[in-house]
Amino acid sequence: MTTPTPPGAHLPEHPDHLWTTAEPRKSYDVVIVGGGGHGLATAHYLAKNHGITNVAVLEKGWLAGGNMARNTTLIRSNYLWDESAGIYEHALRLWEGLEDDLGYPILFSQRGVLNLAHTEQDVRDSMRRVEANKLNGIDAEWLGPDEVAKVCPIVNVSADIRYPVQGATFQPRAGIAKHDYVAWGFARRADEAGIDIIEHCEVTGFATDGDRVTGVRTTRGDIAAGTVALCAAGHTSVLLDMLGVPAPLQSHPLQALVSELLEPVHPTIVMSNAVHVYVSQAHKGELVMGAGVDAPVGYGQRGAFHVIERQMAAAVELFPVFARAHLLRSWAGIVDVTPDASPIVGATPYDNVFLNCGWGTGGFKATPGLGWAFADTVAHGRPHPLVAPFGLDRFVTGALVDEHGAAAVAH
Amino acid sequence: MQLISCPWCGPREEVEFSYGGQAAVAYPEHPAALTDEQWARFVFFRDNPKGPFAERWVHAAGCRRWFTAVRDTRTHRFVSPSEVTS
Ligand SMILES: Cc1cc2nc3c(=O)[nH]c(=O)nc-3n(C[C@H](O)[C@H](O)[C@H](O)COP(=O)(O)OP(=O)(O)OC[C@H]3O[C@@H](n4cnc5c(N)ncnc54)[C@H](O)[C@@H]3O)c2cc1C
Ligand SMILES: [Zn+2]
Repeated sequence: MTTPTPPGAHLPEHPDHLWTTAEPRKSYDVVIVGGGGHGLATAHYLAKNHGITNVAVLEKGWLAGGNMARNTTLIRSNYLWDESAGIYEHALRLWEGLEDDLGYPILFSQRGVLNLAHTEQDVRDSMRRVEANKLNGIDAEWLGPDEVAKVCPIVNVSADIRYPVQGATFQPRAGIAKHDYVAWGFARRADEAGIDIIEHCEVTGFATDGDRVTGVRTTRGDIAAGTVALCAAGHTSVLLDMLGVPAPLQSHPLQALVSELLEPVHPTIVMSNAVHVYVSQAHKGELVMGAGVDAPVGYGQRGAFHVIERQMAAAVELFPVFARAHLLRSWAGIVDVTPDASPIVGATPYDNVFLNCGWGTGGFKATPGLGWAFADTVAHGRPHPLVAPFGLDRFVTGALVDEHGAAAVAH
Repeated sequence: MQLISCPWCGPREEVEFSYGGQAAVAYPEHPAALTDEQWARFVFFRDNPKGPFAERWVHAAGCRRWFTAVRDTRTHRFVSPSEVTS
C-alpha cells in the first residue's frame, strides 16, 4: 500500500532569499505607503518599466499581512463597463505571464468562474454582461443549468431549491493564485532591483509645503519623499485625514473561511450574488468561501458570526455535498468600499501625492494591472489611461463606474 | 452575539438591527444653491474614522425606530449609551 501524499507536498519550495530587511534611509525619490500586493507591485513596475529604484515601501505591520494575506484570490475580468474591462483585463493578461516575469511560482490556475443567476433579472443582467464582455474582447459565455452542471457537477441545479439556478455566466480564463507567493515574488523582484522594503514602519503624518508633501513621519523617523504613493487599502482614510483630503470611502470588515483539507471535488469557482456566497477549492484542498462585507464600518479585522452563518447556509443549499465538511478557520480583512464599487486611483490636491484605494472586496485580481498603471502614473505625474476613469473627481462630475452588479458579493 | 442597546427596548441581538451609517448628515437647506462639489460631498462622502463614530441604527425586527449611538470602529464596542434622537 502506498502512503498518501500529505496535502501541500506538491507545492513548490521557496528560494533561499526573498528580500533584505532594510533600514529606512533619510530620503527617497518615491515613498510607497503600504506593503500589500498593490504597493509591492507598484514598486516592481517602477523598477522594471521606468528604471526608478530609489524607492521605499513602508509597511506598518509585516509584509503583505493586510488584505493581501486574507483574500480569497479570485481573479477574473468579467466586469460590466469598458473602464473596468480595461484595467481588469490588462491585469489578467499580466497574470498570464506573471510567473515568468517574477521568476517565482505563483500557482496561477485558470479554472474558470461561474457567476450564477437565480432570477429572471439575474438572467437578463448576466446576459448583458456577457455581451459587454465579448465586445471588450473578454472571454465570456452564457450557460444554461445543464451546462453549469457539466462545468461543476457538484452544484445543485435541481428546480426544488429555494433559489433555483437559472444559468450562469462563465469566464474560462478566470482563476486563483497563491496570494502570499504573489506578494513574496513581487517583493523579491523589487528587492533585487534595489528598492528598500521596510516593515514595522507606520506612517503617522506628513510634512507639507504648500501644495506639496515633502516627506512622511513614521514610527521609525522622518523620511523625505519626492513623490508619495498611497497603497494603504482599508486604512487609506486614516492617512487622508492626516492630509485633510476627503474621499468617499467606508472601511468594512470582510470575512472569509476555509474548510479542512478535502479531496479535489470542486473544479472551478462558483459565485452567487443572489444567495450570497462564493466558493473555490485551494491547491491544498481547503474549500475557500466568502460573501459580502459586514454592514457597519469597522477597523477591527473581525466580523460578525451571523454573516458567515448565512453564507454557510447558502453554500450548503447550492452544494449539498458540503454538508459534512468542517469549518477550519475564519478571518476578516478591512476593505475600503466606494459608492460605485470601483476603485479610486490618481491625483490628489497635493501635486506629488498619488492615491490608490477603494478596491474594496476585489483588488487582488487587479494587483499586477494596478501596479503597472500606478507605477506609470507615479513616474509621469499624471494618471495612466487605464486608471484615468477612476479619479476622485468622478464623484463630482457624476461619471461613476457602477460595478455593483459585478462586484458586490463576487470579488 | 453582539448586543445593541435600543433606547426603547433595551439590549437586543445585533441581527435585529439595520445599519444606517454616519449620523447627523442633514439634508442641505438650499439644495438648488449647492455647487457640484457640495452635492458630491452630501451624496457620496461620509466620515470613516478609526475610533468613535456616531451612527444611525434602526431596530428593524423590534420597535422599528431609529436612534443614534456612538461605537468604536476598532472594537465594535458601543461607547455611549444610545441617545433618543428618533
Ligand atoms: C476576506 C477577503 C476576501 C477577498 N477576496 C478577494 C478575491 O477573491 N479577489 C480579489 O480580487 N480581491 C479580494 N479581496 C480584496 C483584496 O484583498 C484587496 O482589494 C487588495 O488586497 C487591496 O490591495 P493590497 O493588497 O495592497 O492591500 P493590503 O494587503 O491591505 O495592503 C495595504 C497595506 O497598507 C498597510 N498600511 C496601512 N496604513 C499604513 C500606514 N499608516 N503606514 C504603513 N503601512 C500602512 C497595511 O498594513 C497593509 O499591509 C478580498 C479581501 C478580503 C479581506
Ligand atoms: Zn427597539
